[in-house]
This record gives sequence, C-alpha cells and structure tokens, in this order.
Amino acid sequence: MSHHEPLIRDSLSGKVLMNTEVKAERCYQCGKCSAGCPVVDQMDIPPSQLLRLLQTEIPSNDEKILRSHTIWLCLNCEMCIGRCPMEVDIPPMMDFLRSESIRRKMVNPKAGNIIAFHRSFLESIRYTGRLFELGLVLSYKSKTFHLFQDAGLAPEMIAKGKLGFIPERIKKVADMKRIFSRTLKKGVQS
Amino acid sequence: MKIGFYPGCSVDGGSREYKESCRALAKAYGIELESVPDWNCCGASAAHNLNRELALALPARILSLAEKAGMTDLLVPCAACYNRLMLTQHELMKDETLRKNISEVTGLEFKGTCSILNVVHWIQKWILPELPEKIKKPFDYKVACYYGCLLVRPHKVLKFDRPEDPQSLDEVMKLIGATPVDWAFKTECCGAGLSVSKTDVVADLSGKIVRDAVYRQADALIVACPMCHSNLDMRRREINGYLKQNVSLPVIYVTQAIGLALGIDRKELGLHRHFVPVNLPEKAEATK
Repeated sequence: MSHHEPLIRDSLSGKVLMNTEVKAERCYQCGKCSAGCPVVDQMDIPPSQLLRLLQTEIPSNDEKILRSHTIWLCLNCEMCIGRCPMEVDIPPMMDFLRSESIRRKMVNPKAGNIIAFHRSFLESIRYTGRLFELGLVLSYKSKTFHLFQDAGLAPEMIAKGKLGFIPERIKKVADMKRIFSRTLKKGVQS
Repeated sequence: MKIGFYPGCSVDGGSREYKESCRALAKAYGIELESVPDWNCCGASAAHNLNRELALALPARILSLAEKAGMTDLLVPCAACYNRLMLTQHELMKDETLRKNISEVTGLEFKGTCSILNVVHWIQKWILPELPEKIKKPFDYKVACYYGCLLVRPHKVLKFDRPEDPQSLDEVMKLIGATPVDWAFKTECCGAGLSVSKTDVVADLSGKIVRDAVYRQADALIVACPMCHSNLDMRRREINGYLKQNVSLPVIYVTQAIGLALGIDRKELGLHRHFVPVNLPEKAEATK
C-alpha cells in the first residue's frame, strides 16, 4: 500500500476515499487551499489543517473534523481545487463530511442556521418541485426564530416584482416524492 | 430556431430580469427559448450539502426530460444550476453503475446527449456571429466583468477558458463597445448560498468585490449569475454597511448590457427591477 492510501479502512480518511475517491493522503501541506479560501478567517480549522488531521487517522482528530464549524462554512466555491497542485478535491470531500457529521450527530452548534436554511430549501422543493422563495424564507425564519431578518427587503422586492406569493407546482410532483424517498436516508430529514 | 431553456427557480422568480433579458436577446435574433417541460429545481447548494444522491437525481431528471424533448442545446443562464447540471452529467457519464442507480431513482432514462450551455457559451455560439451589425448604441463604459465561482470552476469539468483570469466575458463586452478593467476579483466568491444564513459573511465577501470594482473606476459590474447578482445588488445595504460608504455602482447582467447595445427597451430587459438603480454616466444617454 502506497502512502497515498489511508492505512485504516474505518478511519474517516478511509471513508472519504471510499465515498468520494478523494485521497487526503496526497496533501503535502503547501497551504494554497487555505490561502485562497474566501471564508478561512471564519473557520475553526483551515482546509489544509483539516487534511492534515485526516491523515493522522486518529479517532479523536476525526471527531474534531466532524464537529468543526469549517465543514459547514465551506461555500463549495472550488477555489481550493482550482489551485491544489496535488488535485485533492476538497469540495466533494466537504459534502461527504457534512453528511457524515449529521449521521454521527456531531453537527457543530454554530451550524444551526446553515442547516436550517438547507432543510427549508429542500422541503420547499420536495412538495412542489420548484423553490418557492417566500416559503423558503418563512420556513427558515420559523426554524431559527430570526423573524425580523430581511423583513426590510420584502416591500422593495414586491415593488420590483421580484417576490411571488403563490408557489409554482410541477405537474409530476410524484416524481419528487419518488426522488426524495429513494435518496434521503434517516438523519438527513428534518 | 428553437433551443432548449432551463430557467431554474431563481431566474424564474426573484431574478426574473435575467430571464427577461435572455428572452429579449433571443427574440432579437429570432431564437425561441423552449423551457424544459415540467422542469424541477436543480437542488442547488442545499442538496449537495446534505445528500449526494439527491444532488445527482434532481439535475438528472431535468436532463432526462430535456433529452426526451429532443433538446440538443440547452441554455442554463444561472451559473449555479449550470454547475449542478454539468457536474451531474460528468459524474453520470463516467460511472455506468451510478448512472443506472440514479435512473432507478428518477425513473427516467439518462443518455447524456444534451449540450449544456452557460450564458457566455450561448452568446458565443448564437449571438456573437451577427452582433457587430446589430449594434445600435455601443455600450461605451468601463466594466468590471465578474465571473464568480460556479461558471469557471471546477476547471476539469467545466473547461471555461482559464480558471484564474478568465477572458470570454471581457471579450464579449469589448465587442459591444465596453472597456473591461483589469481587476483582482473576477473569480472570487460572493458568498452565494450563505446569503440568508450568514449574511455577515456575504457582506464581507461581496463588499470586497464591489470595493475593488469601484477602485478600478468601473462604471458597472457585469455578471452572469443570479446568485452573484442578488448578493451584489439586493444585498447592497449590507455591503454599504461593511464598506462604511454608499456605493452606487450598478450590477448588470451580460444579457442586459448586450440588450442595451442592441437598443432594446430598458423595461423589456428588466432594468427597473434592480435594487441599485442602473444609472450609467451621461455619454451613452446622449447618443440615444
């Protein structure tokens, strides 16, 4: 086995490889991902450091990653993979780490708003097939109690014809039901 | 001439001026944009943040429906939708087992025959050839072309001209008479999916973009993505708060800028829907 393979199949690094084909072991810590990351200053663990933690294959480090704020802040802007000399594809790895963090119930408490937003978004399309922007915002507000956030935007959006009041529904909503029930497993649903 | 069209939720909703300007431009060329029948949401950041299979299945349904309708060229003006559709097509075409699994989920066959076009590629293929003779009023302004992330990355899949200092949008703008400025934030992220859940981060990221465009003396920011537009335009109050000054720099879709050069009515291009008023310097108004 080359040093580009995780040593322990059960380690987080092993799971990342199995699920996303991303080899964290390839990272040699040049730090370009962290240098280019637009939200690195908000992160608790910079992306290059997260890769280093993965490489150790130590359970407590794996847990540190899954409990981090970093995995939820990542915008998937793909700047890191654009610049990585070793082509370590961080964005799909982050997607996997997020779902793993939910599965193992290790979600960082600061990520509440972000997850609430994603869930409100998916709920909206699950029942109608298309995103209903007003519904999304209202559902998000009810989940987070940020009742007055962005309330000031609404009147101007209405005046400019940017805010619809009636959700658009696709004809075959049954297709959405089928797709959602066959993909979303326990733990991802709200 | 008919070509396939996937508007996506935000171009169909809050960013409708983008759709209006795409349609206005198509009309001026006698192109009919035919929407994918019964299209659904692509899942955007929400789906791939939470579930990979869902993030593949939602775009796969759209592409299958477009294939079934016989669409070969499919215009996807939203950079975020474009990114999801391209990545899905790429993933499904390189892995037969995955393709079968996802077809099983959607209940629809997927062949991967659609040529998915972002707005810049659509303009290059369908609009540029006859552009010079159609120009009525050159768009004679200094512009900062903002590409953002999802149009250009990941380069391996999207193959946009070049990842760090892309040029195609600048080239299009030059053709309608604009002068693109050289600036540093062409492909920096605006904050996209965190617009509602982390507005402070968005004000910071988008604020830096607006500040550099102003510093380079651009008359307008040119965009090709509804997420970028809403962050740079609708979130201007938060951006101004971050910059501690009021910036009046307008944010214009590339399709609106071309539309203005073709002499299309401002209202037809949806320019009245912007939060930051599109007041360009006097010179061009004078040639009206």
